[in-house]
Amino acid sequence: MTNQERILKVVTQVAQKPVPADASESLFESGVLDSFALPDMVTELEKEFGIKVPDSDLNPRKFDSLERIADYIDTHTN
Amino acid sequence: MAHLRAFGSYAPARVVDNAELAARLECEASWIADISGIERRRWADASESVVDLGVSAANDCLERCAIAREKIGLILVSSGSSERRFPGPAAEIGAKLGLNGIPAIDVPMASAGSLFGMALASRLAPQFGLTLLIAAEKMSAAIENVPLDRNTAILFGDGAGACLIDPNEGVARLGGAILHSDGAFAANLRLDFASPIHMDGMVVILQASRKLPGVIRELLDREQLPASSIAAFLMHQANQNLIDRVAKGVGVEPAKFYSNIARYGNTSSASMLIAAAEWSAAGGFHAGDRVVFAGFGAGFHWGALLATGV
Repeated sequence: MTNQERILKVVTQVAQKPVPADASESLFESGVLDSFALPDMVTELEKEFGIKVPDSDLNPRKFDSLERIADYIDTHTN
Repeated sequence: MAHLRAFGSYAPARVVDNAELAARLECEASWIADISGIERRRWADASESVVDLGVSAANDCLERCAIAREKIGLILVSSGSSERRFPGPAAEIGAKLGLNGIPAIDVPMASAGSLFGMALASRLAPQFGLTLLIAAEKMSAAIENVPLDRNTAILFGDGAGACLIDPNEGVARLGGAILHSDGAFAANLRLDFASPIHMDGMVVILQASRKLPGVIRELLDREQLPASSIAAFLMHQANQNLIDRVAKGVGVEPAKFYSNIARYGNTSSASMLIAAAEWSAAGGFHAGDRVVFAGFGAGFHWGALLATGV
C-alpha cells in the first residue's frame, strides 16, 4: 500500500464517513472530521506509520486534508 | 504534609436549559447535548458578582467542616472572569467572609486555576496555616453578547467551588502535583477585556486530548501507580466527550471520571471544585482511596495532583 492509501484507510476508519475525492478538500469543512475525531485520527496515524506527533505539531491545519496529512507523513517518515 | 479538610460549592439559581439556548442560537437542543454532554447550566443574574459566587462557595465549605473562620491563615482565589483588571476578587472575598487582614492572593487563571491553586495551597499551608482555596466564575458575563456565539455560549456556566487545605490533618493527604504551561497557545483560548471569549475549539480539544491523559500518566508513573489503582478522577468539567476521551487515554472506564457537566456546563476554574464538592457529599474519600485531580485550560496550563484518603 502507498502512504496515500494507508492515510485514506485511517481517515475512513476514524471518520466512518466517505472521504472527499479531492485530496486538497478540507476534512473539517466537508464534515468528515469533527474536533473529537481529529485527536483519534492523529493517534491512529501515529500507530499506522510508527511516528510520534509532538504536541507542538498538534495543529489542525497540519491535518486539514488528505494532501496535508500526506505532506506531514512524508516529512516525518523519510 | 498538607491535607484536604472539606469542599464547598455554589451555583446561581437561574437554570438555562438547552431548549432556551437553542431557541436563541437557532439550533437543536439535542445538538448541544450531543457535542458537549451539557443539558443545562446556571447563569448568575446581573446583581451577582464573581465575589458573591466565591463567598457563597466558601461559606458552604466552612459550614461543611465546621471550622471557625478566624483560624484561616491564607485565601487563594482563582478566576478567569473577574470583573476588573485590579484588584482581583481575592481581597474582597476575604473581607466579605470577615477575614480582613488575612493575606488573599489572586490566581487569575481560567479552567486549570483550581488545580494550580490546590497545588499552591498545599505548599503554602505549612507556612500560612489553614488555606481557603476558592474558584469563582461568572462566564455568562463573557458570553451574553448579541448575537451569542454558538461555539462558546452553549458551553459555559456560572458557579463557584471551594476547598479548605490544612497543613496537618484532614480527609485526604495531598501529594505532589505535576504542573505544565505553554504560552505558545495563549491566543487560541482567551478572554480579552470588552470582547467575547475567543476559542479555537479544534486546537483546544486536540491539545487537551493529548495533554490531560499525558500529565495523568506522568503523575501515575512518578508515583508508580497503575491507573486501575485510582478510585476516582476529578477533572475540570470542560466537555463530556473530552472527559470520556481522557478516560480512554488513561485506560480506565469513563465511570471513574466523576462528571456533573450535564447539569452545570463548563464553569471554567470552578468546575473541578464543584465536582469535588458533589463527589465528596456523595461519599468522598475513604481511607487509602487514591484520587487524581486534573485540569487543562487557557494558557495553556495543565496538570494533575494526587490525593490519598486517610
